[in-house]
Amino acid sequence: MSLGDSATPLGKVRGLGSAHAGGEHWLSERVTSIALVLLGLWLIASLLLLPDLQQRTLVEWLRLPSAAVPMALLIVIGFRHALEGMKVVVDDYVHDEGNRFACNTILLFLAVGGGALALFALGRIAFGGGA
Amino acid sequence: MLVSILHRATGVALTFGGLIVLTWWLLAIAGDANGFAAFGKAAHHPVGIIVLIGLTWSFFQHLLSGIRHLVTDTGANFELRANKTSAIATIVVSLLLTATLWFYLLGVGR
Repeated sequence: MSLGDSATPLGKVRGLGSAHAGGEHWLSERVTSIALVLLGLWLIASLLLLPDLQQRTLVEWLRLPSAAVPMALLIVIGFRHALEGMKVVVDDYVHDEGNRFACNTILLFLAVGGGALALFALGRIAFGGGA
Repeated sequence: MLVSILHRATGVALTFGGLIVLTWWLLAIAGDANGFAAFGKAAHHPVGIIVLIGLTWSFFQHLLSGIRHLVTDTGANFELRANKTSAIATIVVSLLLTATLWFYLLGVGR
């Protein structure tokens, strides 16, 4: 590989290893974290700027595209980042291969199921089904 | 060391506490008035307030130590003194932000 000397450490490990995917996971966890810095601060600032936190106010707010779109991103990226982080914790502390697979599978189902539930609720609010 | 462990602990708390509260809150907003009132009752219960304060602090702590991790990922901030100062700063600032936010929230009386 003529690229050897100029490749970054991350560039050298991406796609390598028996799983062929560790580098992507590492990078994705960090990219999603940057997005969540912005989305998390957006959520806190938005809630503080609302006149109150009553149901009617929140429904009207989440019907605005400027609120519904960031909220959808927060749900998708938040659940994804949580799953990526929990996978690191499981991989570090659950040593038996079968148990590790079981834990990661349960976490995957919870994250996808939970994210779908949250998106469904948001869709119902944003597209006018709620309250 | 402590901040590294806190990053994991707060990450787990945000996963199982924060995302559940977020999902429940969205379902409550999408549902009828009774469901929303049930969420509000839980959120205003002393235990609920303690949980929400804990999650707020977890969010700020995880955010700040996460930014610190991003900086060290670039190869910077490995000098012992600067590294330790920034570690302590994440805790001090996260506590200050949490206290400020909740002083405002409880002071306004929502």
